[in-house]
Amino acid sequence: MAAILEARAVNRNFGAVTAAADINVAIERDTVVGLIGSNGAGKTTFLNMVTGYLKPTSGSIHFENREITALDPRRITRLGICRSFQIPQLFDTLSVYDNLLVGVGIVASAGRRWAGGAALGGTPDEAVATMLQRFRLEPYRDRAAGLLPEGVRKLLDIAMAMVVRPRVLLLDEPTSGVSADEKFELMDMVMDAVRAQSITVLFVEHDMEIVKRYTHRVLAFAEGRIIADGEPAAVLDDAEVRRHVIGEALQVSHGGTHAAG
Amino acid sequence: MSQLLAVLIDGITYSSWLFIIAVGLTLIYGVMKILNIAHGSLYAIGAYTAASIAGHWLAEGYAPMGSYAMILLSAVLVGLIAGPLIERGLLRFMYGRDEIVLVLVTYAVFLILEDFVKLVWGVDPYFLFQPYGLLGNFDIGGLTYPNYNLVLFGAALLIGGALYWGLTKTRQGKILIAVIHDREMAGALGVNVGRVYLVTFTIGAMLGALGGALTAPMISVQPGIGVEVIVLAFAVVVIGGLGSLTGAALGAIIVGLVRSAAVHYLPEVELFSIYLVMAAVLILRPKGMFSAAEARKI
Amino acid sequence: MKRDRTVAMLGYALVILLLAGPFAPRWAMFLTNIALCYGIAVLGMMLLMRTGLVSFGHGLYFCLGAYAAGTLEMLFGVSDMALMLLAATVLSGVVAAILGLLLRKYREIFFAMLSLAFSMILYGLLVKSSSLGSSDGFNVTARTLFGFNLANAPYERYVIYAITVICAFAAAVAIHKYLASHNGRLAGAIRDNELRVEYMGASVRNTIHVNYIISAVLAGLGGALAGISVGHVDPVMAYWTTSGEFVFIAILAGTGNVLAPFLGAAIFETIRSFAYEYSPNTWQMTLGITMLVVIMFLPGGVWSLFARARKAA
Repeated sequence: MAAILEARAVNRNFGAVTAAADINVAIERDTVVGLIGSNGAGKTTFLNMVTGYLKPTSGSIHFENREITALDPRRITRLGICRSFQIPQLFDTLSVYDNLLVGVGIVASAGRRWAGGAALGGTPDEAVATMLQRFRLEPYRDRAAGLLPEGVRKLLDIAMAMVVRPRVLLLDEPTSGVSADEKFELMDMVMDAVRAQSITVLFVEHDMEIVKRYTHRVLAFAEGRIIADGEPAAVLDDAEVRRHVIGEALQVSHGGTHAAG
Repeated sequence: MSQLLAVLIDGITYSSWLFIIAVGLTLIYGVMKILNIAHGSLYAIGAYTAASIAGHWLAEGYAPMGSYAMILLSAVLVGLIAGPLIERGLLRFMYGRDEIVLVLVTYAVFLILEDFVKLVWGVDPYFLFQPYGLLGNFDIGGLTYPNYNLVLFGAALLIGGALYWGLTKTRQGKILIAVIHDREMAGALGVNVGRVYLVTFTIGAMLGALGGALTAPMISVQPGIGVEVIVLAFAVVVIGGLGSLTGAALGAIIVGLVRSAAVHYLPEVELFSIYLVMAAVLILRPKGMFSAAEARKI
Repeated sequence: MKRDRTVAMLGYALVILLLAGPFAPRWAMFLTNIALCYGIAVLGMMLLMRTGLVSFGHGLYFCLGAYAAGTLEMLFGVSDMALMLLAATVLSGVVAAILGLLLRKYREIFFAMLSLAFSMILYGLLVKSSSLGSSDGFNVTARTLFGFNLANAPYERYVIYAITVICAFAAAVAIHKYLASHNGRLAGAIRDNELRVEYMGASVRNTIHVNYIISAVLAGLGGALAGISVGHVDPVMAYWTTSGEFVFIAILAGTGNVLAPFLGAAIFETIRSFAYEYSPNTWQMTLGITMLVVIMFLPGGVWSLFARARKAA
């Protein structure tokens, strides 16, 4: 089973603080993996190390059998690992159209040096049109990104990550800041787009309903370690996970459960 | 040997002068994050005001030693009038905008004040050489220097000491430091940041004017003196670290000694040596030597 | 289409300026000439500002270009205008390529200060070089143009003017197309969010470096043309006040369109010439007040007035 992304014995310390301790995980192609854990558990640190923002103190990270531990974010993006952000990182003075066009243009100008995933196809304008359609951004096409409603900003942020041809997509809390009734709509759109481009997805989430609905596998983090790894139902039922992540006092009923912290 | 001594003495004198003209600039930047280009014109206005007031004092035949008090008074006056005028009347409407925009605002104020000086005092030079020679000279190692140099040195020490004491030992000073580190947090804790800005800018203006006032006896006070001084002040402040008092002192010492050495040994590089050091420091230690630590943004 | 309109307007301007030249009074042609030289330099500032950077040291390249043009005769016995312009742009480009390696790592105040420092270093060097006339500078004469006699010919003034107009046109069109291209969009993206640009796989520093070189080449071209037009170069071209003027014009004009820098330069030169003539003690004040008004009420510069009028029309 070819793992597309692998972390081997990854550790990360910030002085006396252990943000990641002995992380070993292999992610299979075309799967959807959820990362859960309370704040400070190490999920974002893990994300940051995979995308090159942080270097592990020890251990290594591999992508399609190539070591990427020491590479910077730009190179990692070009290899095919792209990410979205918890607080949308957009080009506020550019239109939604131009925000996406910048990404398409970057890929185009790199030509063969872009190792990443499948192209969107067509001319730059067509590629942007496709993305606008997939995320229902057409009504906002010419509006400056800084003037968008929050939920739409989230969508654009994810769309921008997808426009640069990822093979692995890392989403940092894709539904945070999005109203409860829009969450599923957003995730449906993302998953449809993901399936169309054959992408492996990892996402950090606090909303357990989202995690249950969309993932094949869940990694639970606590104090820098992975304390549970497996199918969503099993992980969410795990005693340790309940203790560190979900919270024991809550009874699972309707309305969804949210992680502590 | 006497040349080395000359370099040292000239260097220390020049360093003292540099410190006095630069410290107000770094204080304002540290607290308000504004690189005040108008500092150069405050220097000029201080020089002109001193030339006028002290000049008038001496012309009227009052005690010559009183002219020093007049010089000091000029600086205080300029600071107390120009400071609040500029800060309350203009700058405060610009807070929250980009750092660069504020620099441009101060640049505009600089342009305005340059002509203001010409309108008030005309274009002919003013002189105030009496306070310079009044104190006599001192001899050292066969060289003779005016005692006025000691006045500069003493003034620099006094100002540095007073600011250091004020910032670290008084409550107001600690509030200032809090605002330097995190103005938002300080405001959230109840600090009247607006008033802190007003006070800081006024003190900075006074210091700039004092630099000019103390320099008036040494030069011919004429239009354009602020233009050269401001870039020197930038160099000192950047070398030492924007916003750092110790940095301003160290920057002044380095620039002063480098320039003095250049003047004595290699006059061709005098001008550009200062900016070479400035560039070198920016390249090697971009934040200067003593700037406040900044948390990473993401 | 806005894009076509700009090129069209540039075309009209080119034709009008070239045709009107011989009939305009001497002072008007000279004023326009100088304004265009400044405009070319400010065009470079505009590109940098669109990338999110404000240089307080572009006088460095303005001066380098002027001195390169001027020293060509002294060093190589060459005094052809075309070669002078070539030397100016090449030298500026090379120096910018080198200094850009350092500057590309800096932003905001530190970028401004470092660029200022470099320009003051050149100023300091030139003021002390007696072979280059020290603070007096020296005279510059372009004796030929592509081999044809130029100096002292009856058409000398006009030809220099015409070449300036053509260079300004070419520069404006080139930058206009550049800004409309992927690189132009990327510049705006960098200005808005460098982090995201890196995470989308593009190098922020490389783009900044390239744009810095382009802006320097433009400043160098403007400086050389200014030196040739005025007939004289001096170290003040590298002084911080010259760089400050470029910044001022860029703010005054706005960065919305390649026509803006030229508009701003024209306004600036007009104010400077007339205010200086009639009230030499208030022209700086006038500039300062104008800058404040623009910063406070017209953040998009004077050009934003045009853009608004066009939308309303």
